[in-house]
Amino acid sequence: MSAKLFIAQRLSAFVLAFAVAIHLATILYAVRGGLTAAEVLGRTRGNGIFLAIYVVFVIAVAVHAPIGLRNVLREWTAWRGRSLDVALALFALLLLALGLRAAFAVYAV
Amino acid sequence: MIQRQNDKPLRVEVWRGTANGHFQRFDVPRRENQTVLDVVTEIQRAQDATLSYRFACRVGMCGSCAMVVNGRPRWTCRTRVAAVVGDGDALKLEPLRNFTVVKDLAVDMVAFFDKWRDAKGYFESGPQPAEDFAVVPPASPQRQAANEGIECIGCGVCYSACDVVAWDKDYLGPSALNRAWTLVNDVRDQAQAARMQAVSQGSGCLACHTHMSCTNFCPKHIAPTYAIAGLKRAMMRRALGGEA
Amino acid sequence: MMRASHRQPGFVAATLHRLSGIALAIFLPLHFLALGTALRGADALDSFFTATNTPLVKAAECGLVLALTVHMTLGLRLLAIEFFAVRERTLAVVSACLAVTFAAGLIFALNVH
Repeated sequence: MSAKLFIAQRLSAFVLAFAVAIHLATILYAVRGGLTAAEVLGRTRGNGIFLAIYVVFVIAVAVHAPIGLRNVLREWTAWRGRSLDVALALFALLLLALGLRAAFAVYAV
Repeated sequence: MIQRQNDKPLRVEVWRGTANGHFQRFDVPRRENQTVLDVVTEIQRAQDATLSYRFACRVGMCGSCAMVVNGRPRWTCRTRVAAVVGDGDALKLEPLRNFTVVKDLAVDMVAFFDKWRDAKGYFESGPQPAEDFAVVPPASPQRQAANEGIECIGCGVCYSACDVVAWDKDYLGPSALNRAWTLVNDVRDQAQAARMQAVSQGSGCLACHTHMSCTNFCPKHIAPTYAIAGLKRAMMRRALGGEA
Repeated sequence: MMRASHRQPGFVAATLHRLSGIALAIFLPLHFLALGTALRGADALDSFFTATNTPLVKAAECGLVLALTVHMTLGLRLLAIEFFAVRERTLAVVSACLAVTFAAGLIFALNVH
């Protein structure tokens, strides 16, 4: 792993430490009594602070996860080189796009 | 050596051959205060003179008698048979893992020590060595950090236990990186930039997964895992603009 | 026989960390797609909730809560060792990480309907 990727992964991990803690607390709170879309969206929509938190969360995830997968693939499979890096860059973009879309779907509007 | 009465002999499985080989069974009498190295020596002297193994000091100074004993890398000279076999009588002896086997229980240490060199695990006095003695306060943080790792005798137990070495043949390994960390903390050394570059490459300190095997198995109770963590911090500080 | 180095708590921690990370990476795009249905209004999200209200999905959700918690707690351990120079007693710390994980999983399992 190159130094740049290592630093990106560890710095994003610091961000995720806070974001995941918030997310877990939210899950364990929100799930009580079952989920209904009206209830969830009523609580979330227009909540600017949580939108900001989740945008940061998604960006950190999009950095963190592909680097981790890259390490796993390089250590446990024979796949490496440019095709691997391109594939994981695309995965990062996919996470970023879908994640931001989801954050806006739930918290914006 | 006093032979213990009423004890069944040890059933010893010993690796024979190179990478391709087999286990050979020897029965060895149990003796008072017998070490694993005593067992190997007894086999070689009394039963099969062609058995190859390596030792020198017999007292935990030289680090040349390390082998895998019942699945775990150890110094055989400092390991009593009783501590390993417990109530049983089975002993399994293999050469150190992650090394090229020369023959039987003797391994080739060249790649291991080449990595010390690659990690710049040696003191560099620079083009103009200091004329006078350097004063290094014993209580200074750097001296303390160096002290923690300085007692390594290069036995290869940590290298044998490390999974990352098994996965990545280029990984510098716990011993070389620990040595580099002691030198990063040597205030007299003049090659810090080159050393940090050497240990920050792909198969350097960043590859460590903190499995802690090196730290748990080191016979000298050195903690290479924490030394490697120190290198990661030093690398981060350098990369983010500060000086390490 | 299992390797001695594989019977160490540190190795178990690294393996759990890795497997949970893989699980989360696979799950994330699906999670995002599901939440994205809210763009088409509350009804679309509700029909997704209804469609996934099966015991199998609930069990998988429990697994994901476990994966997320274990990945976070073991990650905090790594950050503590790597960046705050913490010296740990590995068995105790990893056990604590797993305890927090099971607590989170239990709270989720007892409350989810």
